[in-house]
Amino acid sequence: MSVAQGAALQVERVTKAFGGFTAVDDLDLEVPSGSFFALLGPSGCGKTTTLRMVAGLEQPTAGSITIGGRDVTGTRAHQRPVNTVFQSYALFPHLTVGENVAFGLRRRRERDVDRRVAEALELVELGHVADRRPAQLSGGQQQRVALARAVVNRPALLLLDEPLGALDLKLRRQMQLELKRIQDEVGLTFVHVTHDQEEAMTMADTVAVMNHGRIEQLGAPADLYELPRTAFVANFLGQSNLAPGTVVEGPDGHGLLGVDVGGSRVRLPAARAVAAAGRVLVGVRPEKVRILVPGQEPGPGENVLGPGVVTDVSFAGVSTQYRVELTGVGTFGVFAQNLLGGATVAHGAVVRLAWSAQHTFGLSGDEDVAAGAADLDGEP
Amino acid sequence: MTTLTRPVATAAPHPPERPAARRRPRLRLGDALVPVFAALAFLYLLVPIAYTVAFSFNDGGKTNLVWRGFTLDAWRNPCGAPQVCQAFVNSLQVGVVSTLLATALGTLLAIALVRFTFRGRTLANLLIFLPMSTPEVVLGAALLAQFLTVRVPLGFWTVVAAHVMFCVSFVVVTVKARVAGLDPALEEAGADLYGSPWQVFWRVTFPLLLPGIAAAALLAFSLSFDDFIVTNFTSGSFDTFPKFVYVSATRGIPPQANVIGSFMFVLALVLVLAVQVVGAARARRRRAA
Amino acid sequence: MSLLTGLGAGGAVTAAPTRRPPSRAYWWLLLPGLVYLALFFVVPVGALLGTSLYVPVPGGDVGQYQPAFAVGNYADALAQFWPQLVRSFVFAFLATVVTLVVGYPVAYAIAVRARGRPVLQGLLLVLVVAPFFTSFILRTIAWRQILADDGFVVASLQWLHLLPEGARLTATPFAVVCGLAYNFLPFMILPIYASLERLDPRLVEAGADLYASPMTTFRTVTFPLSLPGVVGGTLLVFIPASGDYVNSSLLGNNTNTAMIGQVVDARFFRLLDYPTAASLSVVLMLAILLLVAAYVRRAGTEELL
Repeated sequence: MSVAQGAALQVERVTKAFGGFTAVDDLDLEVPSGSFFALLGPSGCGKTTTLRMVAGLEQPTAGSITIGGRDVTGTRAHQRPVNTVFQSYALFPHLTVGENVAFGLRRRRERDVDRRVAEALELVELGHVADRRPAQLSGGQQQRVALARAVVNRPALLLLDEPLGALDLKLRRQMQLELKRIQDEVGLTFVHVTHDQEEAMTMADTVAVMNHGRIEQLGAPADLYELPRTAFVANFLGQSNLAPGTVVEGPDGHGLLGVDVGGSRVRLPAARAVAAAGRVLVGVRPEKVRILVPGQEPGPGENVLGPGVVTDVSFAGVSTQYRVELTGVGTFGVFAQNLLGGATVAHGAVVRLAWSAQHTFGLSGDEDVAAGAADLDGEP
Repeated sequence: MTTLTRPVATAAPHPPERPAARRRPRLRLGDALVPVFAALAFLYLLVPIAYTVAFSFNDGGKTNLVWRGFTLDAWRNPCGAPQVCQAFVNSLQVGVVSTLLATALGTLLAIALVRFTFRGRTLANLLIFLPMSTPEVVLGAALLAQFLTVRVPLGFWTVVAAHVMFCVSFVVVTVKARVAGLDPALEEAGADLYGSPWQVFWRVTFPLLLPGIAAAALLAFSLSFDDFIVTNFTSGSFDTFPKFVYVSATRGIPPQANVIGSFMFVLALVLVLAVQVVGAARARRRRAA
Repeated sequence: MSLLTGLGAGGAVTAAPTRRPPSRAYWWLLLPGLVYLALFFVVPVGALLGTSLYVPVPGGDVGQYQPAFAVGNYADALAQFWPQLVRSFVFAFLATVVTLVVGYPVAYAIAVRARGRPVLQGLLLVLVVAPFFTSFILRTIAWRQILADDGFVVASLQWLHLLPEGARLTATPFAVVCGLAYNFLPFMILPIYASLERLDPRLVEAGADLYASPMTTFRTVTFPLSLPGVVGGTLLVFIPASGDYVNSSLLGNNTNTAMIGQVVDARFFRLLDYPTAASLSVVLMLAILLLVAAYVRRAGTEELL
């Protein structure tokens, strides 16, 4: 199969309202050609609606959508050089796998349909099931057929609507790798919608975190993780310890702000803070934090909070996760690598917490500490 | 590929084997009761048909009231009695035309009612529900009053118009269930794969709705073919098979009518069974593949 | 919930989201059907209403009427024919009860007992449906002849002293109700079958797991979940049965089994008394609509369509 490049996608000032509900609110998005772009957010954040508008299955209330330099706003799904891998796969149950894959080629009256279908099925390693019906395949196989059915058309843009959601964890990992491989092989522009932050981070070059119809933050996965700009991103992408504080000292010679958190002084790099004065939220990732038992002292350039009481210890194989109740600050989580094997601090122990000041980030003090935190009842 | 091994001709409903029941004797009475009761109900359902079939072989002459001996006369010459074949052919024609029209109208309505939210949908649903909840005698009287008012001559087309009207609602209800079970993502996938709305309808929607449409058409045909009351009001001197039978009932029904009734019964049985057996075999083959 | 889930095509029905924007194309799907129903249902019912208020042409022939607003037609018709009207509803109600008692076990046997045996299920469903294709009038006449005074059944019952000498089976209210029940039995079996077929057998297992006896499980799990089918079935039997006159004229006598349909038929065709026939039809239609509305509300399944 020849290597296509895929086309760039521009979404400009797009709004979509259903009755009184605004699903997508004045959204701007730019996806460079050949990239793997992920739209990440909880259900109802507008990510699927955005995808459907790009596919032409939904028309925006306002704004424009441009694919490969051509304005496609107002055109219908079958007129756009875009293909979708649907969440439910949407394989035609009355057609064989081969006929499913050939569907798009036949609608466009292309040549060499049989050869191209065979190639696409080989690409997903399903050449042997071409004559079966979708119902006879496993979930993972169906997902690959859906992928082949979209890729075979060499679309300018391939849209993936949570295609891995229905698979179990192990199969999902396998599919993630496979998707990456196919993207490398065929070089299309991928836009992937998901609520699984791990999936978004492992697969995409660029991740856009969406919430309430807007993009909260956009960037490379590592950048988003290391330097979240909103409480929602900090909590939705991995976990964060967030504590309210007040900036009491301006930047010193090293560019560090001094923040009062529950009576303790915490240093925060000004370059990593959204606000440099007044009330802020001070944050740090749990794996950056280490536990100081009585007698241990922090190193230079480390922030310290505590003392506090260990309220929970759970062993998770590679790491042990602690929860520490800090008086006047809140509960902090700590992920400690099990370098020495097993937990080193017992439930009920009184400890202090320390982390490098350079790993601290600062968010706006007006934000809700719990925004975007994992809600066990929220996601399916 | 597997072939069908189980014999098809099992008339009485056997309860499935349930080894657990053996350990709980308390269950036995209830377990046996349902099939026995069901068998009696089937007897109730089928006795008059057996009678009808039996008397199609009766050497009964014109009245066919008492058993006078076995003969194949009526089967050899099913059009032997005056009018009977004409009435039968009329019924078939009315049935086919009404079924085609009602199925087309009803399928379109069903798709729109499931997929389209519009103001007045409740009203449209009511308009479709009302003919079903109106007794036939009222429908017949209303249509007759209308035809008399506008002075339409009664005949084939007034009967068809009436049959289409009461079949449409049943078609809508039957097809709607199928449309509701159809994942809209399939049609979206069709559009996404460059299918125009017209192509998506004929290549995705229609084939997937086909079992429902076929069931609806079968229902419409059986309602039309067997209708007497509405037909009686709207047909004038045009005879259908049920009307012919009803009118002849006073002076005795010729055995040829029994021949036609038996023939339709056997035909329906064979057709539906063939569909069932082919479907079951295909399902097995698919599972085995 | 659909009243009839096709003929034996009772698959699982999942509600599909209807978030699509309204599109003009859909009006073209709706228009032909709705216009048809308007022309051949709404307008005729209007004509029926009009006819019910007509008065005879003064000095005219029998069967000649002119438009008027004779509301008195209704009072006259009701005063004369209320026994037939009441009897229609009583017979229809009894027939509905009989079909429910007979039909539920049949539906249960097909849907639950024969589950997982598609060929047997198919065969039994065909046997339920196939009578539709033998003209129901032929079958009703078959009953009349089977139960005739000089027939085998009456003779046997009298020999067994289950039926007094000289008593008869035909030309009785009993025969009419049994005939009605017989004719509309498939309409009860199919919707109940459809809702039982859809019932997840694991729910019954869960009931048993939670210490319910088979009878209790049936009463608290199976039956309530099959209610939509029961409601649909009772409507599909009661409505046509109350307007039927084939059974009462073929299996009844004219004095104490006459139903309202017979009166309408006779007024229309034999006496050419269109206003009375029309006003009785209107009364029948309204009475049924009221009963159905009350019943559906009571049953709590308003979404029948």
